[in-house]
Amino acid sequence: MTEALKPTLANKAAVLEGMPDHPAVKALEAWNSAALVEARFDFGELTLTIAPDQIRAAAAAVQAAGYNFFEDMTAVDWYPSAPRFQVSYHILSHAFKERIRLRVLLDEVDPSVESITAVWAGANYYEREVFDLFGIRFEGHPNLRRIMLPDEWKGHPLRKDYPVEGYR
Amino acid sequence: MTNPAGMPTLEPAQGAKDQHMVINMGPQHPATHGVLRLVLEIDGEIIVRIYPEIGYLHTGIEKTCEAKFYQQVVPLTDRINYLDPLSNNLCYALAVEKLLGLEIPAKGQWLRVVLAELSRLNSHLIWLGTHAMDIGALTVFLYTFREREDILRLFEAVAGQRMMTSYIRIGGVSMEPPLDFFSRVQAFISSLPEKIDEYANLLTGNPIFRNRLKGVGYLSSADAIALGVTGPPLRASGVDIDLRRDMPYSGYQNFEFKVPTSTDGDCWARYEVRLVEMRESVKIIQQALDGMPEGAVKADAPKIVLPDREKMKTQMEALIHHFKIITEGFEVPAGEVYQGIEAGHGQTGYYVVSDGTSKPYRVHMRYPSFATLQSLEVMCKGRMLADLVAVIGSIDIVLGEIDR
Repeated sequence: MTEALKPTLANKAAVLEGMPDHPAVKALEAWNSAALVEARFDFGELTLTIAPDQIRAAAAAVQAAGYNFFEDMTAVDWYPSAPRFQVSYHILSHAFKERIRLRVLLDEVDPSVESITAVWAGANYYEREVFDLFGIRFEGHPNLRRIMLPDEWKGHPLRKDYPVEGYR
Repeated sequence: MTNPAGMPTLEPAQGAKDQHMVINMGPQHPATHGVLRLVLEIDGEIIVRIYPEIGYLHTGIEKTCEAKFYQQVVPLTDRINYLDPLSNNLCYALAVEKLLGLEIPAKGQWLRVVLAELSRLNSHLIWLGTHAMDIGALTVFLYTFREREDILRLFEAVAGQRMMTSYIRIGGVSMEPPLDFFSRVQAFISSLPEKIDEYANLLTGNPIFRNRLKGVGYLSSADAIALGVTGPPLRASGVDIDLRRDMPYSGYQNFEFKVPTSTDGDCWARYEVRLVEMRESVKIIQQALDGMPEGAVKADAPKIVLPDREKMKTQMEALIHHFKIITEGFEVPAGEVYQGIEAGHGQTGYYVVSDGTSKPYRVHMRYPSFATLQSLEVMCKGRMLADLVAVIGSIDIVLGEIDR
C-alpha cells in the first residue's frame, strides 16, 4: 500500500530525478539513454517506454540488471489515436521483489516489433497470443502462428475496430 | 495426403522420417484435464516433440470485459479458473482498487484471505484427486471430493453459489458472512489436517505412485524461470518465491506461514510441495479466524460499493447510489495497473487499463497455466509416453485459464 501512495512522476526527467538509484532505470540509462524514450511512475508502478527497434536489447539489459522473470505481456489498441498499438511487458525481479513495465508504441500500418523469445523463451505463447488477437507481428519469433483462433480466421478480435455484433 | 487447414505441420528430424510416428492426444481425453490437444511426435514409446494445440475453450473474455461496467466484470472472472474462483475475484478487485485508491477495512481483507485460502485448498484438492486418478489410484479422488464438497458448502453459505461465487467485489466483499460461518470454517479446518494425513497415507508410501512420479518430468530452475513457470512447479524446482510472502497483498503480511520448496524438480517434488502448501493454508485460515478484526467488510465508498439491501429499501441516498451504480457504473481514474497474486496454480495477474470512463478500456489476465504449459515439452522430451499423463497431472493445468 505504501508503494501506491507515492506521488506520481509524470515524465522521464522526473523519474530520473526521483528514483536515480532504481536498478532498472540505472541499467537502461547506462545501456542506451536515447532508447529509453519515456518513463512514468504511477500507482506505485514504474513504466518505461522503449524505442520499438530496441526492445530485445532493452529486455536483455533489464534481465542482466536483476529483473529475471518474464511475467506477462499483452497489447492495448488506442484506436483511433496514433501511435495506435502499445505492447506492455511485465517483468518481475525475484531479487528485488519488484515489477516493472516495459512498453513500446507501434504505428497502425504493419505493426511489428522484435521478439523477446531469445531473452525469455516463455514469451513464446504470449507473443503468439498478441499476434493472434491484435495482428502485431514479432520479428524472429520461432513459430508465429495463431494460438487461440483457427488458422483460417479473418481479423484480429481484440482490435477496437473489430465488430462485436452482427455477422462477419 | 495434404493436411487440412489448421493442422500443425510436423517435420520430423532429417533421415528419421520413417521411424517417427505422429499421434494425437485429446482434445477429448480424460487425462488432459479439459480440452487440451497434444500432437505428439514419438519414436517408439519415446517422446520426440510435443505440439500443444489450445484455444478450444476460447470465449473472448478479454473482449467481453471491454463492453461491461467495472463491477460487471467480476462474474466473468469466476469462469476463467473455475477451480479457484475467489482468487480470480480477488485479483481483479485488487487491480481496480489500486486504480481507485480504495482502502479495504481490515475485516474485509482478512475475510478475503480466509476465502482465498479455502479456494486454494479447493484447487489443490481437485488437483490431488485427479492427479492420483490419472496414475491409477482411483480411491483418492473420492476422498478429496468429500472435502471439496465441504468447501463448496462454505462458498454457498457466503455467496449463495457453489462454484461461480463472485463474492469478492470491488470495495470489499458482497455482504457480511452468515453468523455461523466462522464456526463452520473452524470445524472444517480442524478436521482437514488429519484428512490430508489420510491422503498421504494412501499415496506417499504407495510404491506404484512413487515409481510413477519419482524422477519423472524433471524441470530445472533455469528452465522454469525462462519459461515463465510459477507457483508450486516453480517452487518444486528450487526457486523460493511466493507473492503472498514476498509482495504481500490483502493483508498477507500479517500471517505467518512457511513456503515449501524442493530442489528435486520432478513430479514427486511438486506433489510434496502442494501437500505442504495445503497444511500451510490451514494454518493461515486458523490465524485469520483467531485474529479476525471487528468492523465493516466493505469500504466506505457509497459511489462505488453497492449499499446493503436494507439501506437501499429505507434510505433515499442509498437508493440513488444503488440506481446510479447499476445504470451508469462508476468512473475509474485513467491509468494502467498490474496486480499479481499467488493463486492455487501460480501467479495470476490482472492488467487493467482505464481511460477514465465506467468501462475498462482493456483487461488482460495473466494466468499461470498458460505459461506453465510451455514447459511440458522440456519435461517430457526423451521420456516415455506414459509419463506424459503423470506430468500433465503434476503441473495442474486448467484449460479455462489457458484459453480464456
